[in-house]
Amino acid sequence: MFDDFFIRALIAGIGIAIVTGPLGCLVIWRRLSYFGDTLSHSALLGVTLAYAFSINISLSVFIISGTVALLLLSLQKRTKLAGDSLLGLLAHSTLAIGLVLIGFLSSIRFDLMGLLFGDILAVTVEDIFIVWFGGLIILGILFYIWKSIFAATVNYDLAAAEGMKPDLSNFIFTLLLAGVIAISIKMIGALLITGLLLIPAATARSLSSNPRQMVILSILVGIISVILGLFSSLELNTASGPSIIVAALVLFILSLISFKRSGALQK
Amino acid sequence: MDQNKLLVKLENAGVYRSSKWLVRGISLEINQGQIVTLIGPNGSGKTTTAKMILNILNTDEGLVKGNANKMAYVPQKINIDWTMPLRVIDFMKITSSLNNTQITESLVMTGVDKLLYNQIHSLSGGEFQRVLIARAIAKKPDLLVLDEPVQGVDFNGEIALYNLIKEISVNLNCGILLISHDMHFVMSTTDHVICLNGHICCSGSPSNVVKNPEYIKLFGEHNSETLSYYQHQHDHSHNHDGSISK
Repeated sequence: MFDDFFIRALIAGIGIAIVTGPLGCLVIWRRLSYFGDTLSHSALLGVTLAYAFSINISLSVFIISGTVALLLLSLQKRTKLAGDSLLGLLAHSTLAIGLVLIGFLSSIRFDLMGLLFGDILAVTVEDIFIVWFGGLIILGILFYIWKSIFAATVNYDLAAAEGMKPDLSNFIFTLLLAGVIAISIKMIGALLITGLLLIPAATARSLSSNPRQMVILSILVGIISVILGLFSSLELNTASGPSIIVAALVLFILSLISFKRSGALQK
Repeated sequence: MDQNKLLVKLENAGVYRSSKWLVRGISLEINQGQIVTLIGPNGSGKTTTAKMILNILNTDEGLVKGNANKMAYVPQKINIDWTMPLRVIDFMKITSSLNNTQITESLVMTGVDKLLYNQIHSLSGGEFQRVLIARAIAKKPDLLVLDEPVQGVDFNGEIALYNLIKEISVNLNCGILLISHDMHFVMSTTDHVICLNGHICCSGSPSNVVKNPEYIKLFGEHNSETLSYYQHQHDHSHNHDGSISK
């Protein structure tokens, strides 16, 4: 009863949700939501370059977002500009450069809406492979550095003093963030990826009492959001990215209501 | 004490940030089983010095020679974001893999074992401070750095915790660097006091340091109640000058 493209989108979307779950928790804990935004805005530039030089979109996005991320890390140490100003500066200038470049590439047919908000029709078998293979690598590395990045998230000084090498894990984590944007840009779109990182994790927060619970719940909430979002996208003929984010938002609101009802969840 | 292993040594170390020296010319060493205390006014570089020892800050001058296998740290201030659900038991394990017995043992020592499954955010200031100390000692470190470890703890608890710190240095035979305002404890249990004000003003055994003119100058020029307390300590010693390291 479902078309092949829908099944492909479902498989890819679930793969993405499994990766955005734990990374989204870290983004929330570390207050990096705007950082994620900046990376995903810069991803549009990556997409444009991928078309211009006909290379793989995910690879190109990973390179551009990763570069922007590292640029940010080094600029944050060097300039006196406040962190959020710096993020805004890079977010909008890379987005603008991407859009200007699209203008130059008039010979290629572009689906701008698809780039910004995601397109389930565009998910190919190759994309599924990229999502799952890339996702497994990201999760594997994240699992490996988890102890260190978690300690650094709780307190940088403690982690540094007690040999957890927080700078190294911060650096790797930043690249993983660029990686998750790279594998999900086609599905979710440049403007909305941060939503899939943040909203399921925020939903999970009010339902969990320890970090592991929150990670597992945010994966589950992400998967449910993807499934609900894709079905409604199919039924209502809406863009896949916004539909998934709206589904996630509905779950978030439901979690707030249940949170209020049960009072504090603290044991 | 001399045959004990040297855990960390600073040689003329300094940290330069935002076009000024936070601390400069710091030389000190901490040995196994020794309690070294840093005292000094606000902004005198006590925490900065501790962070050099812990390799959190890189020195811009001088050397840090670390010899300790396992360091544990009780920072002066920790803010854990509400967005992270974290129980005491989770917090205890953030930098090392401890089993529940080890965790409970050290929580019993600081008197907060009942809070094992409580959320970190629900603890009072004093309770959290006890958890911080328990976490540090559960690791069985050979160098323990405590930055104002009893802030917010009630008076009786304070005495018990200071006794515990003394006990730990004996039982674990670890070196302890303590930043403290409590002169009673400093005077009664510390082996070596370093009086800091951007540089080392004076150092030595507690009884010598209080007689040092640098010490008197530093703590005598203010008039707050705390400092008259320092002065009071000073009033009790009637000998001649101690040695000056600088």
